[in-house]
Amino acid sequence: MKTLVWVEHDGQAVKDATLSAVTAASQLGEVHLLIAGQGVDGVAAEAAKIAGVGKVHVADDVAFAHALAENVAPLIVELMATHDAFVAPSTTHGKNIAPRVAALLDVMQISDILSVESEDTFTRPIYAGNAIATVQSSDAKKVITVRGTAFAKAATEGGSGEIEAVASTGDKGLSTFAGSEIAKNERPELTSAKIIVSGGRALASSEQFHATIDPLADKLGAGVGASRAAVDAGYAPNDYQVGQTGKIVAPEVYVAIGISGAIQHLAGMKDSKVIVAINKDEDAPIFQVADIGLVGDLFKIVPELTEKL
Amino acid sequence: MKVLVPVKRVLDYNVKPRVKADGTGVDLANVKMSMNPFDEIAVEEAIRLKDKGVTEIVVVSIGEQKSQETLRTALAMGADRAILVVSETKVEPLGVAKILAKIVEEEKPDMVILGKQAIDDDNNQTGQMLAGLLNWGQGTFASKVEIADGSVNVTREVDGGAETDTLKLPAIITTDLRLNEPRYASLPNIMKAKSKPMAQKTPADFGVDVTPRLTTLKVVEPAKRSAGIKVADVDALVGKLKEMGVAK
Repeated sequence: MKTLVWVEHDGQAVKDATLSAVTAASQLGEVHLLIAGQGVDGVAAEAAKIAGVGKVHVADDVAFAHALAENVAPLIVELMATHDAFVAPSTTHGKNIAPRVAALLDVMQISDILSVESEDTFTRPIYAGNAIATVQSSDAKKVITVRGTAFAKAATEGGSGEIEAVASTGDKGLSTFAGSEIAKNERPELTSAKIIVSGGRALASSEQFHATIDPLADKLGAGVGASRAAVDAGYAPNDYQVGQTGKIVAPEVYVAIGISGAIQHLAGMKDSKVIVAINKDEDAPIFQVADIGLVGDLFKIVPELTEKL
Repeated sequence: MKVLVPVKRVLDYNVKPRVKADGTGVDLANVKMSMNPFDEIAVEEAIRLKDKGVTEIVVVSIGEQKSQETLRTALAMGADRAILVVSETKVEPLGVAKILAKIVEEEKPDMVILGKQAIDDDNNQTGQMLAGLLNWGQGTFASKVEIADGSVNVTREVDGGAETDTLKLPAIITTDLRLNEPRYASLPNIMKAKSKPMAQKTPADFGVDVTPRLTTLKVVEPAKRSAGIKVADVDALVGKLKEMGVAK
């Protein structure tokens, strides 16, 4: 089986989510990559080194600069004439583009897979991860999105992919990019951080959230996350949100501070290797999944912990 | 300006899903069912756009006969009329998108606003698929929608922040959580909704083959995490973290 993997990038570098998608695709067969963007020679050179990749298709055109689904999907559909599966990471780009491709190919997409059981059978979470379904596809071609935390990352060195330019399918004139506000963040990205320190509603204000959570995260070199309650209350920005409707994370260590552990939050972090919970309510559901729990006042505990680590 | 809003009847989001003992799915017998929360946000957004040029809101549901309750809820919130496409068997997003494409051909809306995903199957596909089938622009995961002249500006929740795209109308919009807070239907509006028109159709009326492409082989509960230990103080926590190699 020949797979075509969507390379997630920011115009400068390959994003980590791509590497998990490559691993998933390699379990199906040959791995080819697609890099769509503007001025992406550097990204292409980097992607060609990913272990195990064959062809690296590069579509360089201003129409692809912001990965608008309306322009990118027809390009992918053309390339799918010679591939058997389209595999994208479950990033916002992947989730935006893949179903449009699937509809154009008349294929029912398999979203957010957790494992590849065989060429046509996969597991995927349903009901916010409260159940895991094993599904078998009868479509000749497959369109798949991959949950990053469920697959190991492919090595970024050792490959020698063959770079091949692809003709642009042009601007379809349906949509234009009008601007973006991407938060500048010096800390590791949530979906690839080894350690995450996350704060909940108990932090009680934006000032206290940052004054309490940030020093501990800095000390640990950790990414910073938040519960939906904290985000909705305005204590932390939207892109911090971990949970069913936010980011799905699985770091080596997840430190939940003042987070009660609503089912929607647990859905986003319960695959973390070690969960540490600090909460003043000893009956908080977070303690049912935590490996190490400490009951008490977070405003006393967290500064003390930051100092002693 | 006309807006079409598809809605889905799903297990209420406050109910904990239970996997059936025979592994065929999640038990939906005698449990509370409600409108998919993202679809409620879609209905609400369409209603709010009534001050800004929207004149008619048509809601559609594809599913079992009981989905008419979900449509009545949307009518009570403020939608004008409803179309129920009855299918007692499950219709996948691809089939739903194909039926919606046919309804769009008949109804000719200027926008279709959908929830970004249904909280049962978590597919996150229907809106994008419909946009592909219609060759329309798509503004997915919307946190802000502004109608302009012949176009719509959609601010979208993307990894790392927000992105704004301008779409030519007609267009597809899918809603994210922070777009708005849906209203509750008032009692007089619930009463009024009972007399609003609801058409009933079947997938065959649209000539759409909804045979599933995916077969669910089994459904299981995820591996459970067991509770660990509680430590007494920060020193004990630091000690544990060192023991586990997390802290130096």
